[in-house]
Amino acid sequence: MGSTDAPSTTYQLLDLYRAMRRVRETEERLAALFADGEIPGFIHLAIGQEAVSVGIAAALDEHDTLASNHRGHGHAIAKGLDLDRFFLELFGRRDGHCRGRGGSMHVADLSMGMLGANGIVGAGLPIAVGSALAHKLRGTGHIAAVFFGDGALGEGVVHESFNLAQLWKLPVLFVCENNGWSEFTETARLIATDPQRMAAAYQMRTCKVDGNDVVAVAAAARTEVAQVRAGEGPCLIECQTKRVRGHFEGDPQKYRDAGDIAVAAHDDPLLRCEAQLIAVGTAQRTIDEIKTETKIRVDAAVANARAGAQPAPLDAFADVYSPEREPVS
Amino acid sequence: MTEVRFGGAINRALSDALTADSRVILLGEDVAQPGGPFGVTRGLFDKFGPERVRDTPISEAALAGVAVGAALTGLRPIIEIMFMDFVTLIMDALVNQAAKVRFMFGGQTSVPMMVRMPHGGGINAGPQHSQCLEAWLAHVPGLKVVCPATVADAYGLTRAAVVDDDPVIVIEHKALYAAKGELPDPPTATPIGRARIAREGRDVTVVSYGGMVPVALAAAADLARAGVESEVIDLLSLQPWDEASVLASVAKTHRLIICHEAVEAFGVGAEVAARVADAGFDELDGPIVRVGAPFMPPPFAKALEDWYRPDAAKIVAAVKKAIS
Repeated sequence: MGSTDAPSTTYQLLDLYRAMRRVRETEERLAALFADGEIPGFIHLAIGQEAVSVGIAAALDEHDTLASNHRGHGHAIAKGLDLDRFFLELFGRRDGHCRGRGGSMHVADLSMGMLGANGIVGAGLPIAVGSALAHKLRGTGHIAAVFFGDGALGEGVVHESFNLAQLWKLPVLFVCENNGWSEFTETARLIATDPQRMAAAYQMRTCKVDGNDVVAVAAAARTEVAQVRAGEGPCLIECQTKRVRGHFEGDPQKYRDAGDIAVAAHDDPLLRCEAQLIAVGTAQRTIDEIKTETKIRVDAAVANARAGAQPAPLDAFADVYSPEREPVS
Repeated sequence: MTEVRFGGAINRALSDALTADSRVILLGEDVAQPGGPFGVTRGLFDKFGPERVRDTPISEAALAGVAVGAALTGLRPIIEIMFMDFVTLIMDALVNQAAKVRFMFGGQTSVPMMVRMPHGGGINAGPQHSQCLEAWLAHVPGLKVVCPATVADAYGLTRAAVVDDDPVIVIEHKALYAAKGELPDPPTATPIGRARIAREGRDVTVVSYGGMVPVALAAAADLARAGVESEVIDLLSLQPWDEASVLASVAKTHRLIICHEAVEAFGVGAEVAARVADAGFDELDGPIVRVGAPFMPPPFAKALEDWYRPDAAKIVAAVKKAIS
């Protein structure tokens, strides 16, 4: 907490903790709902990686834009998306963010600058670069950020995006959430280099933080976002973290040592944040209250989603294309 | 009316679009300072400057993804893909992102981007620089696909594509770039989704688009000398396509030919034929006949490419088959 960029008050640290707790509670609930068959499809959880989404989002403004990936629940919630509509979407209900057409892998809220989770690995990077180009040309003062995993590093479009962002000095923050796994395979067996060297090859500023320490992530994000916003060009922040759950829920992780999973679960960013809070004098009761409040909030969102109306198939046709307009002459 | 070349009409349309709306930007390989591989964007860099008219690295996948992100953040990007064959490299951005965003995000937003790409043979460019792959794109819900045949529509569809709120692919036949034609003064936008009757006739309907329209008109002139009057329909838009105009013509002629330079199998002609066979079955007095390239990649050698590309003689033969 020595850095001037670090959240220096208990109040700020509590905000970070509260946001992480909201992400964790949401994802633990999703795991249970998915196991019970209430939530269909695929879900990819980022349990154990909450410090990344929350620490980065804490440095972004409301109208900064954000491109996410398939493991994106935390990104969306940390960006401030409404929890009721989030759960409605995950349940496939009419009043979800995407009217039940997207689901877990496509949660988006353009009014919050959330350009969408994405089912295609690496696809968010050029979208963020394009968004940053628009910010620059329109003079909005906003920046674009993108979350991607180490598994995306093998995608050609990632390299193309690094090059374009640096070439055009665009206000984009690349956030590599390095959890060591590319789906079912250790990334070390798949990628010949690392994100730092890869970005440095394009002359991009880079930094590396302990992605399970929300204070460290928030401090790095605040420093780098300020530079990106000031027109210093793009930056890559590598957040080293650990994947606790499988690639998707239901993945038995037979490819992984039990010890590796235990180590990942033990390095819990929420427990670390709780220790930091206690160390600066926060009462345990305050932490417990946040847990209770969060559980109540998620309970309400789940109940609301369960009761939500089903989407109507014919309504979906309305949004394949935009409404017709009068032709211009 | 002003006589201009097809490529010049597109240049004028791009210039007018960039003038009309400051949100419009133009990105692509060699489009800015070099003026475009076919010269279509010549002068736009000088006129609109380096912020709005940008040369990009040879990174088609990122280029198209950048257009999606820019469109989601308030711009109306136009990108150029140097040859339609390279559309393979932007399929994720087009198919999984641009085409789906509006639907997938519940109608929150649209993706107002335009992609220009030349297709077709005639310059012996070989198997990777001559393909007509429009059926792939027309098959994707969320994309619009247009293909002008005349100077007026090269201008008009380009303008319409830029102001459209959805992703529009404008396919330009590269053999048409140097063709001259009349541009109305002032030039106007061409509505997307409406076909044009390029020649009226009572005996047979010949549906075509893009570079095949002048070929179909040449075939119609040949047939007229033999007493067969062809109605040539220029589709202009492939997705959405003007089914009503085609059905109305078939109701008059009772015979249908569809011709395109793309391979015949699984092409635009297959969709038109299937729809007319369904919705217009009672009007048909003969088999629907398609004219397209044989089921092989476009070959390089002049002797092979000339044989490969459908010509007026093949259309005449198809008409004779349909009316026999």
